[in-house]
Amino acid sequence: MLDIKVAGPGCKNCQEVKIRLAKVLAELKVESTVRELKEYQDIAGAGVMMTPGLIVNGKIVSQGKIPSEDLIKGWLQEAAGR
Amino acid sequence: MAQQDPVENTALAAAVVVAQNSPAPTLKLGRYVLLGLPLLALWVGVYWILEPLSKWITFDLAAMASDSRLGMAIQFFVFEAPKVLLLLTLVVFGVGILRTFFTPERTRRILAGKRESAGNVLAALLGIVTPFCSCSAVPLFIGFVTAGVPLGVTFSFLVSAPMVNEVALVMLFGLFGWKVAGLYAGTGVAIAIISGWIIGRLKMERHVEPWVYATPVGQGADEESMSWALRVEAGVAAVKDIVGKVWPYVLAGIAVGAGIHGYVPENFMASIMGKDAWWAVPVAVVIGVPMYSNAAGIIPVVQALLEKGAALGTVLAFMMAVIGLSLPEVIILRKVLKLRLIGVFVGIVAAGILIVGYLFNIIF
Repeated sequence: MLDIKVAGPGCKNCQEVKIRLAKVLAELKVESTVRELKEYQDIAGAGVMMTPGLIVNGKIVSQGKIPSEDLIKGWLQEAAGR
Repeated sequence: MAQQDPVENTALAAAVVVAQNSPAPTLKLGRYVLLGLPLLALWVGVYWILEPLSKWITFDLAAMASDSRLGMAIQFFVFEAPKVLLLLTLVVFGVGILRTFFTPERTRRILAGKRESAGNVLAALLGIVTPFCSCSAVPLFIGFVTAGVPLGVTFSFLVSAPMVNEVALVMLFGLFGWKVAGLYAGTGVAIAIISGWIIGRLKMERHVEPWVYATPVGQGADEESMSWALRVEAGVAAVKDIVGKVWPYVLAGIAVGAGIHGYVPENFMASIMGKDAWWAVPVAVVIGVPMYSNAAGIIPVVQALLEKGAALGTVLAFMMAVIGLSLPEVIILRKVLKLRLIGVFVGIVAAGILIVGYLFNIIF
């Protein structure tokens, strides 16, 4: 069960991360919960200093950029494999 | 990379067979270097012949009269547009690599618990190399102050990061030479140091929204050592991202510059933006602050203004106001800062820019 969080106030870049994440999740068919951190308090509290941030099982795997689907896939597979 | 290059896969597979010990990133890096060197040579070659080529295209091929206004404007555009884009690509690539060494986590760790003054200097310098965009100003601000970076030191960073950026510096260097670029960087850093120091002295912590200090300290991302191949990829990604985004602004800016170059008479600006007009500097700052542009878009305009007799100090003040203080950033910072602190922040930085403007007008 993957615990995924997308951190960002809802800008275009954050939406793009969400879209790519959804695509990868549909492809991998792993069980997961996806939550959005939209409040700055939550974003900073999670340790993300540059948006958009992507957090998988409590680990910040990406921040300040839009990662490619391949990269996202790699992170999810790695986290799911553990 | 969205799709894997089949050539790359074959190369990687071959590498595993040929040399079990050689790790894939090293091979990838070798491939990047092999690819990069001819590209660099091509870059230098094109850059070298650009000026004569632009003249040949405009005045011989298109048969424009070299003293006509249209001819001058077109030659300016044909020369400057590729030149600026070439410079921009190279620099953004280099800085993209450099920035993989300076994550916000590392910068924060260096600055946490630093005393004022030394901390202000360090923060202003780190602001140049740490990746920053104004949309991240708020989470960065919270991340810094909750981790124990003093408020004034945080502000030194927030002032320097947008104002003294690599795009601005290299375009200034490319178009005006090292003196102007150096002056811009030096005074920009000085403004960041001093305004941060003053804000620290003013003890304005209570003008930060209280919830900010109540936010738990985020752990931040783990720092994993990156391979050079990954750093090169980060450089390429930066080029795709930044150059891909700003090129229309660059072209528009150069087009405006070309218009001024060809059609506005020499010394036209001297009367409104020249040294003798004492009010030009404050007007430039007042106009510049609400304007929002990236450095790439504003510099060709700056160039055209200078060429037509505007004073250097006035023009630098205008540029600093446009890229250093921006309305969207101020609005976004309102989420964490009370109005009074925002006012002090904008006021001090604007005052610093004014002083720099006057100073240059007196010196040059």
